[in-house]
Amino acid sequence: MTSAAAKPSPPSGGRGLGEGGAQGAYAHDTGYNFAYLDESTKRMIRRAILKGVAIPGHQVPFGSREMPLPYGWGTGGIQVTASILGPSDVLKVIDQGADDTTNAVSIRAFFRRVAGVATTERTAEATVIQTRHRIPERQLTEGQILVYQVPMPEPLFRLEARVAETKRMHALADYGLMHVKLYEDIARHGHIATSYNYPVMVDGRYLMSPSPIPAFDNPKMDRMPALQLFGAGREKRIYAVPPYTAVRSLDFEDHPFRPIRAPHACALCGSRESYLDEVITDDRGGKIFVCSDTDYCTERQATKAAAE
Amino acid sequence: MYVATKGGEQAIGAAHAWLAETRRGDAALPELSVAQIEEQLGLAVDRVMAEGSCHDRGLAALAVKQAKGDLIEAAFLLRAYRTTLPRFGATAPLDTGAMRIRRRISATYKDLPGGQVLGPTFDYTHRLLDFSLTAAGLPPEAASQAEPDTAPTPRVTELLAREGLMQREQPSEAEPGDLTREPLRFPADRAVRLQALARGDEGFLLGLGYSTQRGYGNAHPFVGEIRVGDVAVCFTPPELGFEIELGDIGVTECQMVNQFKGSRTEPPQFTRGYGLVFGHGERKAMAMALVDRGLRAAELGEEADAPAQQQEFVLYHCDNVEATGFVEHLKLPHYVDFQSDLENVRTMRESAMKAAAE
Repeated sequence: MTSAAAKPSPPSGGRGLGEGGAQGAYAHDTGYNFAYLDESTKRMIRRAILKGVAIPGHQVPFGSREMPLPYGWGTGGIQVTASILGPSDVLKVIDQGADDTTNAVSIRAFFRRVAGVATTERTAEATVIQTRHRIPERQLTEGQILVYQVPMPEPLFRLEARVAETKRMHALADYGLMHVKLYEDIARHGHIATSYNYPVMVDGRYLMSPSPIPAFDNPKMDRMPALQLFGAGREKRIYAVPPYTAVRSLDFEDHPFRPIRAPHACALCGSRESYLDEVITDDRGGKIFVCSDTDYCTERQATKAAAE
Repeated sequence: MYVATKGGEQAIGAAHAWLAETRRGDAALPELSVAQIEEQLGLAVDRVMAEGSCHDRGLAALAVKQAKGDLIEAAFLLRAYRTTLPRFGATAPLDTGAMRIRRRISATYKDLPGGQVLGPTFDYTHRLLDFSLTAAGLPPEAASQAEPDTAPTPRVTELLAREGLMQREQPSEAEPGDLTREPLRFPADRAVRLQALARGDEGFLLGLGYSTQRGYGNAHPFVGEIRVGDVAVCFTPPELGFEIELGDIGVTECQMVNQFKGSRTEPPQFTRGYGLVFGHGERKAMAMALVDRGLRAAELGEEADAPAQQQEFVLYHCDNVEATGFVEHLKLPHYVDFQSDLENVRTMRESAMKAAAE
C-alpha cells in the first residue's frame, strides 16, 4: 500500500495462510528498560489504569511522558501498552483496522525493539491489541485487552472547550448540552450527523469518547468480554471500560442509534457485515470496497479457498 | 551602559565586532560554508524561504549563516533583500497537479491513483538520538528507489469534487492582491489571506491550527492530501505575448478536507482548507490549511468566535517579522515616555496617600 518511492500497488490482502501468525519473541534492546518506560513510571500509569477500571468511563489525569513517537501518533496507547505488557504477552497493533498500515508497523517494531515481545497479526492469538480508529471484527474474549489510542478524551470538547467547565459537567452528570446537540442534528438533518467518535454512556454514568472509531464499531464496546483501556498522551488522560460493562450510544427513542457502513460487499472476501474502506482505482470514478480489518478479511479468504 | 550619552557609535561598532566573532565560534573548528547549510540544514533553509517569502535556497542559506541559526532573523534578512528586487509581474497559477512528486500521502484513502509515496520523512522514525551522527562518517548508501511512476497523480480534492462531494472554489481571472505592495484591508479576500498565511510564522499558525482541533473553532479536518515536489513557474512577458517557463520551484501543498453540514443555500459537502508553502514544510502547510478553513467560517455561515476564525487577529499577528520587530522594539530606549509616566505615578500616589490620610 505504501512505498518509499513512487510506485502504486494494489491494496493489501490475499496474504497466505501461513503468514501473519505469532512471531517468536525478539531480542529486547537492553539499552532500555523492558518496554521503554522505567518501572516507577509504569507503576504510576498502572495506578491510573486501576482507577479508570474502578470508575468506568471516568477520565483519570496521569503524568504522560514524552515518548520517542510524536504526540498524535498514539503516545497514550503506547504508554498504556508499555505499562501492561509482560514478556509472555503477544501483541497485535492495528491502525485503521490493518496491521500493515505505516503507523501500526512502526509501533509494532518499537515494541519488538524495546520489549522483545512476540507479535501477531491474528486477532485470536493476541493478548494485547493496540488500536487506532477500529475495533476488530472478530469478537474479543476474556483475557484479551484492547488498548485504544485517543486524540481527544473529552467527549464534550466541541461543545465546551474549557476543561475546568467540562470537569464540572462530568461531576454533575450534566450532559444536557450533548443531548441538545444531537437534537439539533435531527432538527436540521433528520438524523444524527455524527459518523465517528460517536459519544457513549458508560455504565449509565459517564459520557465517554470511544475515540474516533466509526460509529459502526460502537455496539462492539457494549458488554465486551475483553478489558478496554484508553490512553490519551497529549491530553494526559487514561480511562477504561471493564469487561461486560454496559456501553450505550446516545440516541432518542424515536431516533435510535444507527451505525453507518458503505452498502457494498468486500471485493476480496465478499463480506457484507464488515466495515469497508473505499479504494480509488483510477481517476474516472473507479473504486472498490475492501475490509478495513485485514486479519478478518484474510481469514475469510483462506476459509473460502479451503472450501473450494 | 548600553547607550551612553556619548560613545554610542563606538559601542555599536564593538558590539558588531563581537557578534561577528561569536558567529564564527571556535576558530579552531572549520567554518560552515553556505553550501553546507543549504545541503545539510535544508529544512531550516526552506522555512526561511517560506517566511522570508523569497524562493532562493542559496540566499536563504546565507541568511541562516549570517543570523547564527536564528530563523526569524534570517527570514527578516531575506525579506529586507527581497524589497530591493524589481517586480516584473504575476506568473500563471502554479499547476500543482502536474508536480514532479517526491512525497505524496493521503489520509483519507488507503490507496488511490498515483499511490501513497512516503518520500524522505521523519513520520515513522522513532525519536531516539542517533549517536552515530556525532562522528563524521561515509555518506549513507543511496535509498532504494522504485521505478518512477509516470501515471498522473490526480488531486484527491478533485476526485471528490467530481462526485460533487467537495465544494469547488470560485475561479477568478483577476490578478490577486499583493501584500508586499498593498497594505492589508479588511475584510481580506481569500487570495490575500492565503498570501499572508503562506509567509506567516510557522509556530503561530501551528498554535492557531492546533486550537481549532481542540474545540476553539469547530474543525473536523482530514488530510485529503499532502504533496511535496517541484512545479514549473510560467510567465507571459508583455513584450513576448506568449507564455514561457521560467524554471522549477520546490513547494509543499496541503489540502485539508473538512465536513460542512450545509446552509440555506449550500447542500452538505466537504469544504477545503488550503496550504501552500515554499520548500519542504509540511507542518506549516498543514497549519496554514487549518487556519485557512478557520477563516472561512463566516463565509460558510458558521459561528466564528474562536481566535483562529478572526481575520484581523490572525492576519495582523501571523507575520513574524512584524511581530518580532514590535515585541523587540521594547529594548529600545523609552526614557522620555517612562520619565513622564514616573512623574504621573508619583503624583497619583501622592494624592492617593493624601486621601488615605484624611
